[in-house]
Amino acid sequence: MTLADGDGSSSRGAAGKFAFIGFRYESVVALAGLAVVWQIASFFVPHFLFPSVPEIAARLLEIFTSWKSIGDALSTSTRILAGLGGAFVLGTFLAMPMARSATFERYAYPLLNFNQGIPALSWVVIAIIWFRGIEFRIFFIMVMTTLPAFTLQVLDAYRAMSKDLFEMTLAFRPTRLDLFRTLIWPTVLPGILTAWKVNLGNASRVVVVAELVGATGGVGYELLQQQQIFDMAGALAWTLVLVIFVLVVQGFITLIERRALRYRAFAEHAL
Amino acid sequence: MSPSPEILFERVSKTFSRPDGGAPFDAVRELSFTIGRGELVAILGKTGCGKSTTFNLISGLIRPSLGRVVVQDHDPYAEFGWFRGKIGIVFQNDRLMPWRTAIENVTLGLELNRMPRPQRLEIAASWLARLGLSGHENAYPHALSGGMRQRVSIARAFAGKPGILLCDEPFSALDEHTGNALREEFRELLRQTGATSIFITHSIEEALRLGERLMVFERPARIAYEATLRAGMSEAEREAVRGRIRTVLSGEA
Repeated sequence: MTLADGDGSSSRGAAGKFAFIGFRYESVVALAGLAVVWQIASFFVPHFLFPSVPEIAARLLEIFTSWKSIGDALSTSTRILAGLGGAFVLGTFLAMPMARSATFERYAYPLLNFNQGIPALSWVVIAIIWFRGIEFRIFFIMVMTTLPAFTLQVLDAYRAMSKDLFEMTLAFRPTRLDLFRTLIWPTVLPGILTAWKVNLGNASRVVVVAELVGATGGVGYELLQQQQIFDMAGALAWTLVLVIFVLVVQGFITLIERRALRYRAFAEHAL
Repeated sequence: MSPSPEILFERVSKTFSRPDGGAPFDAVRELSFTIGRGELVAILGKTGCGKSTTFNLISGLIRPSLGRVVVQDHDPYAEFGWFRGKIGIVFQNDRLMPWRTAIENVTLGLELNRMPRPQRLEIAASWLARLGLSGHENAYPHALSGGMRQRVSIARAFAGKPGILLCDEPFSALDEHTGNALREEFRELLRQTGATSIFITHSIEEALRLGERLMVFERPARIAYEATLRAGMSEAEREAVRGRIRTVLSGEA
């Protein structure tokens, strides 16, 4: 059993206290190991390629102590969450009729597959040509790039619904709303949480691309500035800001997951 | 004028199309019978003889292709909402919602029937206690044994005090010892509640033990033999019924 499995009797220092958000002792060791390797590399490689760990940390501290930088980080975070929220709502509205109508699915599926083949950069170019507002451009890019994954994951979660449970619930004559509340929502929730976790990583990559082209603020914009002045420490510090955001949101989703899916049994032995 | 039957099947046929595009097949063909209020009927038959289709037609989960199904003077398929809280079902497997605790599973029907929470929790707890599950109210299904889970599903069916109880081989997934113990309790519960009960089984002994009236189905869901088990029937008379059922069942393809 690992700390993340919720063994309350285990105690491994600070990491153990955060086991409830999926934070493991091993994560700290792995990240510390990466920092050590980077620091050693910085002794042998030119400074502009491998800045030292203290230098990157100092730049990170600068970001978190400047209101303008915090504003940039927050606007990127908001763009990610807004884009994911939009894609989730749209994806759910697409997935439901796809699950209920084989005809609709036969038309919708190829369009989603077609969309999946379009690179994020193409959506950036399309958004710039089609729309004037920067924020709407970014929102559009975020939605279009994460929509297929959300739709297919919600569709899969809906399809995984047990026919036996569906019939059993139906035998009690629920209203549509009751059916959704008592059966459909609890069934699709695990899939939705997984979809959010997976798409969060994708969205954090796409948002930077979207912000690189056209935005006047945000992590992507700041990365572009660092590239123009060839500042590796700054580029890494801004990248870390995004990584920290993703880790915080993932921790939050894990928290919801542990609460909502506490009914699940787990084997003592992992595969 | 005699009271209208609780359940009426009038020349009912149900045809299913095959998913591979093959010729449609009749699961039920021109089936007619009536069941009176408070009767305890066991339906027997081999696998694939249409027992479960008949069960689904009574519960209104499917509609007949031809003929008429009437339950308590209403159409169970067309008047779907009217039957809320009126039919209880015990399935072959427990069909518990894994995200609900034992007591929450029992309260499901009551909750959908808009019963206030304190009242439904009280009723559910009393049913769990009656079925020997006190202390397991807050256990999730994965933490319960197969027999315990089936008891929860029986409590769920009985908790709403339905006028009609449908049971689809509820003990077939259990081991012999657990099945026998539960069968005795179940028979007692059926008698106490006085609900009209239809019990589907493929076991002759189970049908003889639980039913007051037996219907033996042959493919596609037609009544090949019917018998009423009177109270105080001699063992010789029961053996005669047993033998007749065996003959009918062995005569099938």
